[in-house]
Amino acid sequence: MVRHQRLVAESLTMDTLLQQLINGLTLGAVYALVALGYTMVYGIIGLINFAHGEVVMIGTMVAFTVIVFFAGSGMPPLLILGVGLLVSVVVCMVLGWALERVAYRPLRHAPRLTPLITAIGMSIVLQNVAMLIWGRNYITFPPMINKQIYEVGGASFTNVQVAIVSLAALVMLGLIYLVHRTRIGMAMRATAQNPHVASLMGVDINRVIAMAFIIGSALGAVAGCMVGSYYEIAHYQMGFMLGLKAFTAAVLGGIGNLAGAMAGGLLLGLIEALGAGYIGDLTGNFLGSHYQDIFAFIVLIIVLMFRPSGLFGERTGDRA
Amino acid sequence: MNGHLKRRPVLIPGQRPWLGFLLLAAVLVAVPFVAALGGQAWVRIANFSILYIFLALGLNIVVGYAGLLDLGYVAFYAVGAYTYALLASPHFGIHLPFWVILPLGAGLACIFGVLLGAPTLKLRGDYLAIVTLGFGEIVRIFMNNLNAPINVTNGAQGITLIDPIRIGDFSFAQTSTFLGVSFSGPQKYYFLLVALALLVIVVNMRLQDSRIGRAWQAIREDEVAAKACGINTRNIKLLAFAMGASFGGIAGGVFSAMQGFVSPESFSLMESITILAMVVLGGMGHIPGVILGAVLLTGLPEALRYGIEPLQRGLFGRMIIDPESLRMLIFGLALVLVMRFRPAGLWPSSQRRRELAESAD
Repeated sequence: MVRHQRLVAESLTMDTLLQQLINGLTLGAVYALVALGYTMVYGIIGLINFAHGEVVMIGTMVAFTVIVFFAGSGMPPLLILGVGLLVSVVVCMVLGWALERVAYRPLRHAPRLTPLITAIGMSIVLQNVAMLIWGRNYITFPPMINKQIYEVGGASFTNVQVAIVSLAALVMLGLIYLVHRTRIGMAMRATAQNPHVASLMGVDINRVIAMAFIIGSALGAVAGCMVGSYYEIAHYQMGFMLGLKAFTAAVLGGIGNLAGAMAGGLLLGLIEALGAGYIGDLTGNFLGSHYQDIFAFIVLIIVLMFRPSGLFGERTGDRA
Repeated sequence: MNGHLKRRPVLIPGQRPWLGFLLLAAVLVAVPFVAALGGQAWVRIANFSILYIFLALGLNIVVGYAGLLDLGYVAFYAVGAYTYALLASPHFGIHLPFWVILPLGAGLACIFGVLLGAPTLKLRGDYLAIVTLGFGEIVRIFMNNLNAPINVTNGAQGITLIDPIRIGDFSFAQTSTFLGVSFSGPQKYYFLLVALALLVIVVNMRLQDSRIGRAWQAIREDEVAAKACGINTRNIKLLAFAMGASFGGIAGGVFSAMQGFVSPESFSLMESITILAMVVLGGMGHIPGVILGAVLLTGLPEALRYGIEPLQRGLFGRMIIDPESLRMLIFGLALVLVMRFRPAGLWPSSQRRRELAESAD
């Protein structure tokens, strides 16, 4: 037993660290994109949009359908992927807009917990609609890209991972530009600060809130496509845990704060990957890697104990 | 003069309250026998609605009275259930009587409640929600995986052959006859559950207007003002958490005994969310509303389960839509629609309804 432990410990050297950092970065990029969707909506109307994870799932499923539809057409694979991404982004934007319009807008002045229950209800509805359309089994993504594996210092990564991380970075830069340099971005920031005053200044609050949902859903669709091509598998229930983790990431960074959501997502991905890689080693094989999911929550609890508004959150008074 | 100072029950003239109580009692007694006409499965459904009333009223203390959004309530339910399962099953070969385990389970759940509450209660609204949610998931993951290296919870397979509640030779699991009337196992549990539910209803009612209950409501409305009025907000909030958790623990123990089987699957986040939905849908902080919410949300999925298949066959001659997913679809839609048209819940307290009407102006 002791001998076995030592063998395991020796295998966990620097290249494991590097490997887990790479995996964590990929996972973190996805979490960050989804977390942005939560945080934008929360920052503006203070609602935990529980259905956002389901929007991401629908994004994955739509991309899957499009890719399968064009797979035999002889189009170049990259073009097919691009079309899949585009269609899924458009579908999710419409879905996000519809969610806001149908489910949340009528409840804007309702008690605080009412829209939360609505969000949960919509999440159940979307999940089951997806199950009716795509079935209850796991769906395997057709491989569109020839996977290439690169080796660096004993750790390996694929071109898919490179694509995910760079696309995520690009999208996030675009979002920062949108929020800080455009008129609609300014309107969004104003609404987040004080909706009433913003509306007095001529900001169309309804439009701003709808935009937050639309942009958040688009980011979610991108993340959904990434998850699909990374794990090459999709399932109608995948949105739930993903959404939960991403929301945790958003809270970790300080909910309502864009930079916080990005940092929280990356941090959460890294923590999970490192935790899964080292937990057996740290606890003398008492706890195995199937405890991966608890890291997110344990870190969250510890961080919030010392910084009750998250890592980058402002120390504001109680809004409710 | 002194007549005005005394507190008198509020009676609406022309109504005889005892008649209502008598009617309610008659209905409560009749339910298990009427349900049994459709098979014992319906008695079990009735039992579960009462168990959920119990859980929902426990959560109502935390969410409805104190205004603390708890998304991990099921963790305490799980602690109670596993306490019972481990101490009254062949898994460890321990068979303690229920009157030892139920208080123990409640106590343990209470400790867990304080453990979770103490470091996190300074968090505001939604941060608290996500922390409690995380806590619930942690508890579930541990129950799922604590089968190695020492087998504590038997992992995902769960624990089977749990002892039923037994008083001497009188077991709640078998059919027995009193005064010429035959009582099946589920029917006996029904009466036990009704007794427990009445207890928790009385506790809830007494708490509502007590000093503690008013302190909770003060915190819910405005924490800073409550603090300024001299309320020790931290302790009072902890108390809400601990009390809610204890009720969850007792409910878990009864669940364990009634089912004879527990597994981590029963304690998913969805379960916490369903219980929360019962509280909010019914009418937060209003006891009859919460009861209505619990009965509806337990009954509706079951009624749909039995109703959808024949309906589809009757309409189309075959199954067109998968009944399980259609059932959940309708459940989700029902949540959305009720919240859309009755934002304060189906049966809110008159005070809350007034507040809402004022804020709408």
